[in-house]
Amino acid sequence: MNNALVEIDNLHKYFGRNEVLKGINLKMRRQEVVCLLGPSGAGKSTLLRCINRLEEPTSGRIFIDGEEITRHGVNLNLMRSEIGMVFQHFNLFPHLTALENCSLALIKVRRMSREKAEERAMTMLKQVGLEAKAKSKPRQLSGGQQQRVAIARALSMDPKLMLFDEPTSALDPELIGEVLEAMIKLAEAGMTMIVVTHEMGFARKAATRVCVLDNGLILEDNTPDKVFDSPEHPRTREFLSKIL
Amino acid sequence: MESLIYNFFNLEVILKVRYLLWLGLQVTLKLSFLSLFLAILLGLVLAVLRHLRLPLLNALIIVYVDLFRALPTIVLFMLVYFAWPYIGIALPRYWAAVVSLTINGGAYFEEIFRAGIESIDKGQTEAARTLGLNFLQTMLSVILPQALRVVLAPATSNSLELIKTTVLASVIALPELMKQAEQAHGSMASPTPLVMAAIIFLVMLWPLVWLAGYLERKLAQ
Repeated sequence: MNNALVEIDNLHKYFGRNEVLKGINLKMRRQEVVCLLGPSGAGKSTLLRCINRLEEPTSGRIFIDGEEITRHGVNLNLMRSEIGMVFQHFNLFPHLTALENCSLALIKVRRMSREKAEERAMTMLKQVGLEAKAKSKPRQLSGGQQQRVAIARALSMDPKLMLFDEPTSALDPELIGEVLEAMIKLAEAGMTMIVVTHEMGFARKAATRVCVLDNGLILEDNTPDKVFDSPEHPRTREFLSKIL
Repeated sequence: MESLIYNFFNLEVILKVRYLLWLGLQVTLKLSFLSLFLAILLGLVLAVLRHLRLPLLNALIIVYVDLFRALPTIVLFMLVYFAWPYIGIALPRYWAAVVSLTINGGAYFEEIFRAGIESIDKGQTEAARTLGLNFLQTMLSVILPQALRVVLAPATSNSLELIKTTVLASVIALPELMKQAEQAHGSMASPTPLVMAAIIFLVMLWPLVWLAGYLERKLAQ
């Protein structure tokens, strides 16, 4: 039995004639937290978005929990409902309350009763410390609170895997901490996570592995300590010296 | 002054033609509501289908929308009523008018709804699809509730246009308000019925004009 939760095999992605991913190979076990680092344009977000097929890979294969999700005819909606995603700009539904944001998919996709769905949504909001804001609309919340609701929304579906696409990049500096804290708690609870981020502190503290991407390839794939303290690749050193 | 009142606000004429105009108003109202309902439905369905981004389907929708926005509506009325029978579709006057108004109005409503749907950030669709919602669920639960707010003002304005366009049904001799007024104008040899029709339209549509403006101001906040 294959032990990997995520297995990416020679993934290529073109945008027009521009090759953004040039053969990515990555294996992740359950409960691992992988941080994707690298300069902008390296292909980090594209890689992340291929994993739930928000972007269509040009070639290569991706397996989640042993199932090939790049296979033709795979049930995309079912697959996506088992992979949580958190976006840079939160993407909360502005016409719905925090609670409704977290219960919508439970009702529509999981076919739960409204009562059960809201009960579960409330539990998720509690987990990110926002049960008091359940009736608030997104615009009444701070950026940090919105992102925590977005995390709760993704968690409500009880995903096998969580994808984070620069979750703190759009936040004011003083609001970053509360979001990172929620993510660290999640990692400690054993969630398998892939995080595109520029937060080195978070990577060092929560990541089990750090992958450095540059120009469509994984340059370095190692423990955070190794990558940050003794990087193998000169490009990694160059990149780290710019952001640290 | 006296001759003005005699010609344009002649009480005797008003009393004589009021029943005819009342009949006409009923036809106008029925025609307006049914055509409006069908045109909005058609426009909405086409706008949603267009968002599927299927190349052939989209090409067809674009041809439809462009064609019927370019074609003068009065020509459409005549085509549907006088020409369609030659291809085996003979519609009674009322239904020819409903079909014309629906085809014409649907083209405009499609553009309005499409603009509304496209104005919603792509991240909304991505967030919904990521949660496992399918295309239709995403549309109904996430995109349309937001898009409808955006289109409320232009859709109200377009509804107004459609209701005004019902007077063109007089070219196929449908006895709606305008046709009745014209006939009364001839038989009474007095323009008073036309003035009455104008007043009736104003009373009907002014609130809608105000509503469109109000919605625009309110939603702009």
